[in-house]
Amino acid sequence: MVINEFKMTVDSRSVNESFTRATVSAFASQLDPTVEEINDIKTAVSEAVTNCIVHGYKNSVGRIYIGVKIHNDGMVIITIRDRGCGIADIKKAREPLFTTLGGDRAGLGFSVMESFMDKISVRSTINKGTTITLYKKISGRAK
Amino acid sequence: MSVKLEFNDETLLCKLNGEIDHHTTLPIRLDIDERIESCRPQTVVLDFSNVTFMDSSGIGLVMGRYKVLNELGGTLEVTGLSDNSYKVMRLAGLDRIANIKKGGSKNGNQ
Repeated sequence: MVINEFKMTVDSRSVNESFTRATVSAFASQLDPTVEEINDIKTAVSEAVTNCIVHGYKNSVGRIYIGVKIHNDGMVIITIRDRGCGIADIKKAREPLFTTLGGDRAGLGFSVMESFMDKISVRSTINKGTTITLYKKISGRAK
Repeated sequence: MSVKLEFNDETLLCKLNGEIDHHTTLPIRLDIDERIESCRPQTVVLDFSNVTFMDSSGIGLVMGRYKVLNELGGTLEVTGLSDNSYKVMRLAGLDRIANIKKGGSKNGNQ
């Protein structure tokens, strides 16, 4: 059962990466998470939002839609959605070290999200956009 | 995010400060590479003691500097990692290309 919910929309500007992860983790902190759990959430959100900015909206600025739901069993479900270019091959995109960008992008965004969250799901349609859902059970509160 | 660079005894010490993400890494990376190019250090130390947050952009920062140093024949050390940053680095297997340490750095910072 959802006991609290929060939604926001931000422009896909890189300056919003820190704002978004700070805001989502602040909302999740009502579950009294450990420092490690809060860091895991911050890191995974940072990866997902960065993906919207550098991949989804590449050379343009669009909107990123963020939703956070807190369940009574301590589960936090975070959705991060863009209406950008979409991912052609999700399986390939989730492979460690795969990146369509050169430079200093490590190609580890999905690997970080997968290892820091309990579960992630990716839905994407070309030219329609991508939705990432992050699931994390906060152990600080198991009621 | 900022970086303080100190060159001594063939070693370039890069003291990173603040949060490392995609937004903040570009200017730091340019600063460090420019200094590596002009000083040609034998060792570059990336000191994470004052880094408060890091996502996979930090991996890119370390891997990128490793590549630059590999071409010039220098070695890379990473020190002062928090538990979270260490977790991200290990995930990327960076312990195979650089000397990676948690906690206090070479110059005694905790």
